[in-house]
Amino acid sequence: MRTLKFLLQKEFRQIFRNKSLLRMLFMVPIVQLIILPQAANFTVKNINIAFVDLDHSTYSQQLINKVLSSGYFKLAASTPDYKAAYELIEKDKADIVVEIPHDFERNLETEGTQKLSVSVNAINGVKASVGSGYLTSIIQDYNNNIRVNWIQPSKINQLPTIEVVASNWYNPTLSYYLFMVPGILVLLVTLIGGNMTSQNIVREKEMGTIEQINVTPIKKYHFILGKLIPFWVLGILLFTLGLLIARVVYGIVPLGSVALLYLFVSVYLVTIMGFGLLISTYSETPMQATSLTFFFVQIFNLMGGLFTPIDSMPAWAKVITDVIPISYFIKVMRMIVIKGSHFQDILPHILIVLLMGVVLNTWAIINYRKTT
Amino acid sequence: MSAITLNNITKTYNKGAVLAVDDISFSVEKGELFGLIGPDGAGKTSIFRILTTLLLPDKGSATVVGNDVVKDFHKIRGIVGYMPGRFSLYQDLTVEENLNFFATVFGTTVKENYDQIKDIYVMLEPFKDRRAGKLSGGMKQKLALCCALIHKPEVLFLDEPTTGVDVVSRKEFWEMLARLKAQGITIMVSTSYMDEATLCDRIALILGGKILSLATPEETIKAYPEKLYAVKSSNMHKLLKDIRTNDEILNCYAAGEYIHLSLKNATKENENSLTKFLAEKGESDLVFKETTPTVEDCFIRLLGNTDGNSN
Repeated sequence: MRTLKFLLQKEFRQIFRNKSLLRMLFMVPIVQLIILPQAANFTVKNINIAFVDLDHSTYSQQLINKVLSSGYFKLAASTPDYKAAYELIEKDKADIVVEIPHDFERNLETEGTQKLSVSVNAINGVKASVGSGYLTSIIQDYNNNIRVNWIQPSKINQLPTIEVVASNWYNPTLSYYLFMVPGILVLLVTLIGGNMTSQNIVREKEMGTIEQINVTPIKKYHFILGKLIPFWVLGILLFTLGLLIARVVYGIVPLGSVALLYLFVSVYLVTIMGFGLLISTYSETPMQATSLTFFFVQIFNLMGGLFTPIDSMPAWAKVITDVIPISYFIKVMRMIVIKGSHFQDILPHILIVLLMGVVLNTWAIINYRKTT
Repeated sequence: MSAITLNNITKTYNKGAVLAVDDISFSVEKGELFGLIGPDGAGKTSIFRILTTLLLPDKGSATVVGNDVVKDFHKIRGIVGYMPGRFSLYQDLTVEENLNFFATVFGTTVKENYDQIKDIYVMLEPFKDRRAGKLSGGMKQKLALCCALIHKPEVLFLDEPTTGVDVVSRKEFWEMLARLKAQGITIMVSTSYMDEATLCDRIALILGGKILSLATPEETIKAYPEKLYAVKSSNMHKLLKDIRTNDEILNCYAAGEYIHLSLKNATKENENSLTKFLAEKGESDLVFKETTPTVEDCFIRLLGNTDGNSN
C-alpha cells in the first residue's frame, strides 16, 4: 500500500508538472464541446435555390413565396430559362433548380394536374437529399392548400384523406444539441482516457526510466495501478467539466440520474484505459502509440453511432460496433440524458463494458513484462 | 562464495540473427571491483541486463549472490543496484523526489540508509530541489549512483557510468567506487575507457560477445608477449606510413603522441636496423624507445587489429 501511495504521488506530481498535458486535458475538451456541436449540425439550412419561372402567374408566384418563406432556402437567382439555371449549378451557386413550366396555372385549373421539374446538385449528398425532401413537402403542402380552396365543402366527406401527425418522444423539439452534445462528450472522454494512458508507459520506455523501475521489486499490478488511477481521476474530472458545459452552454440537464451516469463512466474509464494500456505495451515510442490510438479512434468516431445510426449500418459493421466500447457509452449516455432510463435498463450495457474492461486490462498486464 | 557467476551464457537477438553474448562463463568474488572492458556493441550491456533480470538468456545459467537470474529474479531485484548506461531517473522530479521515490520502491527510507549515500549526497545537497533533467552530466551520474545505492545493495551493476562525463568527475567517480568497495559491496562496472581498467581488481576484455582475456590489470599487461616500442618523429603521418613498409614489423598503430609497434623478432640487431631504416627514410627528431604495454595495447593486440589507429 505504501508503494502504491508513493507511485500515485509520483504520477500526480509528474502530471501537474507537465503543462502541455494539462492544457490538452482541460482546454481541448472545453473548446471542442463549445465549438463542435455548433458546426457538426445536421439541420440543413441556407440551401441555394434557383427558380426558372416560365409561367409568371399568381400560382407560380405563390409557390415561390411559400418555398422561400420556409427559412431553409435562399434565393440564388431567378433565371429566364433552364440553361442559365443549370450554369448556376455548375458554378456551385445553386443547389436546387425548380422549373415552373409554361401554363402552370392554367393546366392546374383546367386539367387538375401539372408537373414541376426539380433538379438537385447531389455532390453533397446530405444537402441534396434533405433539401429536396424539404422542397417536396413544401410543394405537397402547397398542393393541398390549392385543393382545399377548390373542393366544395360538401365533397369533403367523399374524399377522405389521411393526415399524419408525428410526435417526437424524448426529444419533442428534435433538438440537435440534445442529441449531439452528450455524444461528443463521450468521444472526448474516450480520446483523452485512451490516449493519455497509452502515452504514459511508453513515455517511461522512451525516457529509459522503465529500466530502473523494472530492476526494483515493484509489483506489476502496483505499477499499472499507479498509472491508471491518476488518469481515472482526471477522466472523472473531465466528464464533470463536460456535464457542466452541457448544462451552462446548451441547457442540457440529464433527465435520468446523474449518479447512474457516473457509475457507468467509472466502469467505462477502466475499460478505455485498459485499451490505452494495451496499446502502450505494444508500442516502443510515443509516436507509435499515438498513431495506433489515432487509427482506433477513427473507427470509434465513425462506427460508434455518434454521427450515423448503428441500425442503418451493414451487418458486418454492426458486429464491429458490438465490440467497441464507445458504442455502449453513447447509447447509455443518450438513454440516461434524453430518455431518463433507469439502472435496470442500462445494466446489460454496464456488464458488457465491464467484461471488456477485464479482458483488455488482463491482456495489457500479461503483455507488460518486466523481463524480455 | 562468488557474488556473481555466469555459466555458458548465450544471448541472441532477432531470432538468432545477432549473437550478442557467446557462451560466456566467469565469476566475480564478493567485494570485488570487476571491470568489463570492450568497445560499443561488445555485449557488455546484454550481460548487465541478464544479470539484473531484465533479459532472459537463451542458454546457460547465472546467479547473483546465489540466486538464479531466471527463477529467483524477485530476490535479485531487492539486493542489486543497477545504473543503466543511459540516465534513467525521472527528469521531471527533483533530486530529492527521485531519491525518496526509489527508497520507497525498495521498501526503505532515505533517512534509514543515509550513511550509505552520505559521501555522495553531500555533493548533491545544494541542488536537492532542482529537477533531475536540469542537472549537469556529473551530477546526474552522482544522483543515479545514489538512487542505485539507497537500498544498501549487495551487488552494484554500473553500465558505462562514466561515458559522457568530464575527466574530473570521472576521477571523483572512481574514488567513490573505491570507497564503496571498501564497504564490501561487489561492483561490476563496464567501460570503454581503457585508463579506467587499471582501477579494477580484475578485468575481462570482451569483444563480439566473447571474453578475450580475464585477469588482473597487472597480469593482463604482463601477459603481453612481445616487446613493445614507442616511436615518434616530427611527421607522424609519414612515420606511420614508412613503418608499415618495413617487413620486420609485427604490428603498429598510433597511441597518443607515439606510435606503438612490435617486431617479429625483437633482437637488438633488428631494433638498430629499424632505426637505421627510418633515418634513411628521412625522419627527423626520431625518438625510439621500449615501452611498457597498457591495457589498451593488450586490447588492440587481442583484436588482431594490425592497422588500427585507436587512440
